[in-house]
Amino acid sequence: MSRREEEVVIIGGGPAGLAAALSAKKAGCERILILERDKELGGILNQCIHNGFGLHTFKEELTGPEYADRYIQMVLAEEISCLLRTMVTNISLEEDGWKVVTAMNKDQGLLEIRTKSVILAMGCRERPRGALNIPGYRPAGIYSAGTAQYYVNMEGRMPGRTVVILGSGDIGLIMARRMVLEGAKVQCVAELRPYSGGLKRNIVQCLDDFGIPLYLSTTVSAIHGRERVEGVTLTRVDENGKPIPGSEWEVPCDTLLLSCGLIPENELTVGLGAQMDAKTNGPVVNERLECSISGVFACGNVLHVHELVDHVSAEADKAGRFAAAYVQTEGRLI
Amino acid sequence: MKKYDVIIIGAGVSGCAIARWLAKKERTIAVLEKASDVCEGSSKANSGIVHAGHDARTGTLKARLNVRGNEMMDALSKELDFPFRRNGSLVLCFEEISRPKLEELKERGEKNGVKGLEILSPEQVRELDPAISDDIVAALYAPSGGIVCPFGMNIALAENAAVNGVEFYLNHMVTEVKKCDGYIITAAGEKFSAPVVINAAGVYADAIHNMVSGQKIKITPRRGEYCLMDKNCGNLVHSTVFQLPSELGKGILVTPTVHGNLLVGPTAEDILDKEGVDTTAEGLSKVIELGGRSVNGLDGRLTITSFAGLRAHLELHGEEKQDFIIGEAEDAEGFFDVAGIESPGLTCAPAIGEYVAAMVNEKYPAPDKKDFIAVRKGIPNMAEATDEERHRLIAANPAYANVICRCEMVTEGEIVEAIHRPVGATTLDGVKRRTRAGMGRCQSGFCSPKTLEILARELGVDQSKITKAGGNSAILTGYTKDVVESAAQDNASMAGNAGKQADVGKGGRA
Amino acid sequence: MTENKTKTVEMTCICCPVGCALKAEILADGRVQVTGNKCPRGAAYGEKELISPTRIVTSTVRVAGRKDAVVGVKTASDIPKEKIMECMKALRNITVTPPVAIGDVVLKNVADTGVDIVVTRGIRE
Repeated sequence: MSRREEEVVIIGGGPAGLAAALSAKKAGCERILILERDKELGGILNQCIHNGFGLHTFKEELTGPEYADRYIQMVLAEEISCLLRTMVTNISLEEDGWKVVTAMNKDQGLLEIRTKSVILAMGCRERPRGALNIPGYRPAGIYSAGTAQYYVNMEGRMPGRTVVILGSGDIGLIMARRMVLEGAKVQCVAELRPYSGGLKRNIVQCLDDFGIPLYLSTTVSAIHGRERVEGVTLTRVDENGKPIPGSEWEVPCDTLLLSCGLIPENELTVGLGAQMDAKTNGPVVNERLECSISGVFACGNVLHVHELVDHVSAEADKAGRFAAAYVQTEGRLI
Repeated sequence: MKKYDVIIIGAGVSGCAIARWLAKKERTIAVLEKASDVCEGSSKANSGIVHAGHDARTGTLKARLNVRGNEMMDALSKELDFPFRRNGSLVLCFEEISRPKLEELKERGEKNGVKGLEILSPEQVRELDPAISDDIVAALYAPSGGIVCPFGMNIALAENAAVNGVEFYLNHMVTEVKKCDGYIITAAGEKFSAPVVINAAGVYADAIHNMVSGQKIKITPRRGEYCLMDKNCGNLVHSTVFQLPSELGKGILVTPTVHGNLLVGPTAEDILDKEGVDTTAEGLSKVIELGGRSVNGLDGRLTITSFAGLRAHLELHGEEKQDFIIGEAEDAEGFFDVAGIESPGLTCAPAIGEYVAAMVNEKYPAPDKKDFIAVRKGIPNMAEATDEERHRLIAANPAYANVICRCEMVTEGEIVEAIHRPVGATTLDGVKRRTRAGMGRCQSGFCSPKTLEILARELGVDQSKITKAGGNSAILTGYTKDVVESAAQDNASMAGNAGKQADVGKGGRA
Repeated sequence: MTENKTKTVEMTCICCPVGCALKAEILADGRVQVTGNKCPRGAAYGEKELISPTRIVTSTVRVAGRKDAVVGVKTASDIPKEKIMECMKALRNITVTPPVAIGDVVLKNVADTGVDIVVTRGIRE
């Protein structure tokens, strides 16, 4: 097993991890290591090829990969170490206050990294169908919007031709437009709540521009098709979100995309024993973005789901500075 | 015409167990399966319970094979390396008036040969499992109750059968069984012949049986819906928690799974459709509601997936049959039925394998296979491995360091292994059942594109050919930019509608 | 378009995540008046959206020599809304050969808009 020692280990090389690394470096930390599970830095921004990022941070409108690239270039310029294709399997706390991050990758096998401080920046994931309890069959053709986005924007593959989208989160809205631009027919977007969870601008430029109807207070009450999706039943719901009998109608489609919210990805945080916030699904943090475990910080969507990447960057910038301050004060004692 | 000594129809857990036991003798065996993988019918969608054996009526095959299957499970799970745990089971009694039924169950169990049965007081129960409902008056405890990975067992049996020479024909739906000198079977347009045919066709065992026998049987699919809950509530109960059986089955059970999730279900509903594995809103809410009677703190919002399975419920001469039909059909020599294998079929499977093999061996003797391989090693499991084991695996093959499924920590090494095993995975679901990739809380959101890529690469086909579960279940429908003009026109024409913003969010019907 | 000239058009500004509710109308003297905007970009958007709406188009193009690989591209500035699908059509036949860098032009004057298509993500060789 290969071993190394760091001052700050950052778990995740997406927008949060990149910004945290940069600010920790600027605040005087020397030994910083970013661990990224994917083959490149940038996280989910790499598949968000649409524009609209960076108005706060860079005062201009960038696409996801462009926004990520700005940070990646800064991280490279600062010569901050990164390990790609590296999966963290565990974080533990030593009695003397050091943290031990266990990770693995193809080149080095198992890695054990002792570090004074850890910044959690693992991001979030999409809520799956099961959590939505949509009855019906389980055919091919049901994807989370982000999975469809990966196929379309990273591989140039189409996951379907006739699409219904459940949930009006931003990824769902963005994918509605994206699928239409690539030649699919988007039948409608259904939203359980009486209002959309997405940005108004996305409703305008992703749905209205293409005549895609948005049905509020509506849900998918059945999925049809045994091998591949053949259609869905939509149902209006009352103010409690309960289906209104008799309001059902059928919509043919070969694909159902789900955009029903994001959940912070906190397996490692829970494994470490940090106190969790049931409301945000992220760790409980103090004003220094520090978890219940001293020297462990969290930022970005792992903490709570942010509306804008600009906010993630700003928060991560703070987390990096607090982590650096920790290393330089309490961290000296451990 | 492909000739075999024995042909088994159905690669579910019964068919694969029989194949494995029959392969202990020198004979040629084929398994014909209509689905694209083994373990695609009732065997994949059930409770994963190894029943103690107190439910079936004393003297029935069900009772005998249940107790025997339960006994065999420790040794078999070690021999074939599949997950099994004896966690003990509880049958909860909620009313004093029902207590005699609980005692009856205990007596029946003892008559069936179940060991260690004990009626516990509510206090004793809560000492064992603190989350059990305060409303119980007593419970029957069976220390021999257990849980097993239903896929793990089915696949282990299939792989072990295959390394011992059994040939599997997947995507081979049997359309005709003709009795002549022996049997000629048509499956997927191919002809097969054998003097001995085993009918282990699950919910279709009636159709297969009725092709050769005048004594018609009928199987009614009995649908059971389940909710699988997140691992963060997998420790809610330690035991498998049943409710006292009612008319329509064993009630709703709450159980941990061998992989640390919590499983709640099943409902019991007779349906007409033998492919009717759709879940219903009513069914799923009933599962959580009734499951909540047994266990405090059962939170339906922690469901990560729901599914439905079909039990093969049997009728003979228009009457419900309470027992399995296992044996040679009276009017069809060499044709052995293994029909109506509903609960506790999974528990019985090893015993069914042993029992059917003995029956066939008696009538159609064959010499022992000297080089029979009894032991099978499972796919390495990185998630459960120690750091030393992980290190060793990665040193031997770096693909074991490449995590594909984050939620369940499944690596490229495991997925590649699953594909290249005997009767290996060819579909996303096949990979999932063998490695758990995609079974976690994100339900394959992140890993499915990567798994798809590995499947295509290892099988040497384009990604568009890879399906979820065979047939018309391809994941991808083509490339971007290969525009089907007509499909997009409706939406696309709107793009030119300059200046107009459509009404937002008015809703209503299209 | 002409029917809009005599009345007020209500719209949501798409310039930033705030999504201001704008009112744009053509005054008697031919000037366009925009209200409801919280910033100057909103005023400009409202006027443009009323007279000749435009959008930035983002999509992908294929990468030569790589199976299942595409790279993000965008119109270097906004193009008339009615040209969106024409722009998409033009992208179908474009293939880029690595290496490419952010900002590289892969297609000039897409759909006769005077706007170029540029790469939004670098690919090394």
